[in-house]
Amino acid sequence: MTDVGAPTVSALSVARLSCHRGGQLVLDDVTFRVAAGDAVLLLGPNGVGKTTLLRVIAGLLRPSSGSVTLDGIEAMADPPPSRAFMHIFGPQNGLKSTLTVRENLSFWQRFLGEEDDADACDAALRSFGLDDLAELPVSVLSTGQRRRAGLARLIAVSRPIWLLDEPNHGLDADSRRALADAVRAHVYDGGMSLIATHSEVEAGPVRRLQLGAGQLDVRDADSGVPA
Amino acid sequence: MTAFLAVLRRDLQLGVREGGALGTALGFYLVVIAILPLGLGPDLDLLQRISGGVLWIGLLLSSLLSIDRLFAHDLEDGSLDVLMSGALPLELVVTAKAIAHFLVFGLPLVLFAPLLGLMLNFPLPASGVLVGTMALGAPAVSFVGAIGAALTLPVGRGGLLLALLMLPFFIPILIFGIATLNASLGGPGSAATPALILTALTLAALVLAPFAAAFALRVQFRG
Amino acid sequence: MSDIHMNERTSAAHGQTLVQRFSNPTRFMAWSGRLLPFLSALTIGVIGFGLYAGLIMAPPDYQQGETVRIMFVHVPAAWLAMFTYLTVVVSSVGFLIWRHPLADVSAKAAVPLGAAFTFLALVTGSLWGRPMWGTYWVWDARLTSVLVLFFLYLGLMALRNALEDELLAGKLTAVLAIVGSVILPVIKFSVDWWSTLHQPASVIRLDGPTLHASMLWPLLVMAVGFSLFFATVHLMAMRNEVLRRRLISLQRGRARSGRASTAATVIEG
Repeated sequence: MTDVGAPTVSALSVARLSCHRGGQLVLDDVTFRVAAGDAVLLLGPNGVGKTTLLRVIAGLLRPSSGSVTLDGIEAMADPPPSRAFMHIFGPQNGLKSTLTVRENLSFWQRFLGEEDDADACDAALRSFGLDDLAELPVSVLSTGQRRRAGLARLIAVSRPIWLLDEPNHGLDADSRRALADAVRAHVYDGGMSLIATHSEVEAGPVRRLQLGAGQLDVRDADSGVPA
Repeated sequence: MTAFLAVLRRDLQLGVREGGALGTALGFYLVVIAILPLGLGPDLDLLQRISGGVLWIGLLLSSLLSIDRLFAHDLEDGSLDVLMSGALPLELVVTAKAIAHFLVFGLPLVLFAPLLGLMLNFPLPASGVLVGTMALGAPAVSFVGAIGAALTLPVGRGGLLLALLMLPFFIPILIFGIATLNASLGGPGSAATPALILTALTLAALVLAPFAAAFALRVQFRG
Repeated sequence: MSDIHMNERTSAAHGQTLVQRFSNPTRFMAWSGRLLPFLSALTIGVIGFGLYAGLIMAPPDYQQGETVRIMFVHVPAAWLAMFTYLTVVVSSVGFLIWRHPLADVSAKAAVPLGAAFTFLALVTGSLWGRPMWGTYWVWDARLTSVLVLFFLYLGLMALRNALEDELLAGKLTAVLAIVGSVILPVIKFSVDWWSTLHQPASVIRLDGPTLHASMLWPLLVMAVGFSLFFATVHLMAMRNEVLRRRLISLQRGRARSGRASTAATVIEG
């Protein structure tokens, strides 16, 4: 779904990243690289540092050491140049319950994309099956519908890197499929996705990165990367 | 600029749709003012003498109690992460939110003050002066309050703590606000000096407070 | 906390400046431990001499009589109340810029001391005011400013208290202390302005610059004594804080190894 003229990134590199939270080492010397067209699943049990890793990459958290680079450009600078390139989608949906679905989306379009693009908004609503719900306030939606309305932000505003933290949480089977389709379409168009999850996302061919529990290392448990 | 206006517009929209919070603030203001004559006795001369100061203090308290959730809602629903990862500098996000707070809470409270003044025998013809001086100081309350809201964000319901931290910082606004009011109503001294100082204080708050609040937010999240 | 240990590692690894050498927590514990007995003795000596000089040697004031002797406690307490705030601000800036855990320890240890000095200044001021003004409290500009400083100390303690994560608590109280240092002069100016507006020149000047030498030198001795007292107690409080953090860090390690061994048992079983 990368529009013409949208910024592109061909590689995201994480090098020797360590991060402390609350006096404890959460990430220890994590190194990996994601290229355009990659969908990467970050696997591992709860508390292993998946969320921390995504937040560090998004520039929301400062690492103790190590670096994150986009095409060789330091992403940790202040203000982080990563801002124009990444979507972070966390366990909360980033929606205001008294605004309608469309109002929420068009707010994020204006905030993140500096323009109110009704077509992109419609496309986003369609891909998550929200066409009929667009004019309803978020407060009347079900948990799964809210989740989808939140995810629609990813498509409404075009950004090459998607950082998704447990996106499947609260989604039914149909919505999971919609998400998987969206991720597949995104990486097919040259985007990249990092998805932290302890369940699978059926996003087709993906790479899997296992965050280990004890030593907190990343092993590239690679499978079927599209050539 | 689009992003800045987007935040401002969204917070205004939210303020209008979630009118309950404003209702609570106005109700609190009313109760604070109404309880005073009950404590001090219904002597109209006494009430008139203290009315200006009391209206100002009530305004401060009600604004402060409404500002403690300035960032909390955005934190709870996950918006804050996205607001912090947009291209708009966090300082400007804070500025937009503080302006919205002033428009949604500060301004209605200021406009409500002359009405409450009637209960304290505040002279009705002086309403314009009252509203004018308050409108000069109230933006500073929203902006300095934003620092408190950012500092107490991880505490959760930090309303009381926020009042403890921030009330001393409002002493200058209070002093020069009331001095301007009293001087305009025929008190000793000219009103121009305190009015200019009050304006300067508000402008300084407008410029400096967003940096402090944004810094406090960044310190918590970026570590 | 682990930051302290981390820092030991890093400063051991790199070449050290003089400041680094003194601010390394392990070395800090060593040199402060050796310094404290001397500092304590000196403090007792100077304050003892200052009290003798102020309460016995100095003549009574021709206007205020013996009451003036409260000055020898009140004025140094007020000075130290302000100096301590300066210490808090400098430590806070140091903590935010260099992220040195010892700077946070210093800020944390200084705040209650500052509050105590401020409280002492208020109480002695109020006791002094009783015979002078005929009441325990007047809204004199100076007293009011000190009262606001007291509120600021209370706010710093309350904020730190309310935050469970110590690192976060340190950073946010540092921000508050710095914001306070910007606003404090403005408050002082406002209160002075307010006071001249309301009490035109009726305030008795308590400690004008025209102090006679026979009173001035005991006052200066007391000021030095109070400063030494602050240095001693501040060092003690910092040492306690470092030890407390180490203890927590050890307990954390213990909890973690406990968890790990349980996990191992499960795997083996």
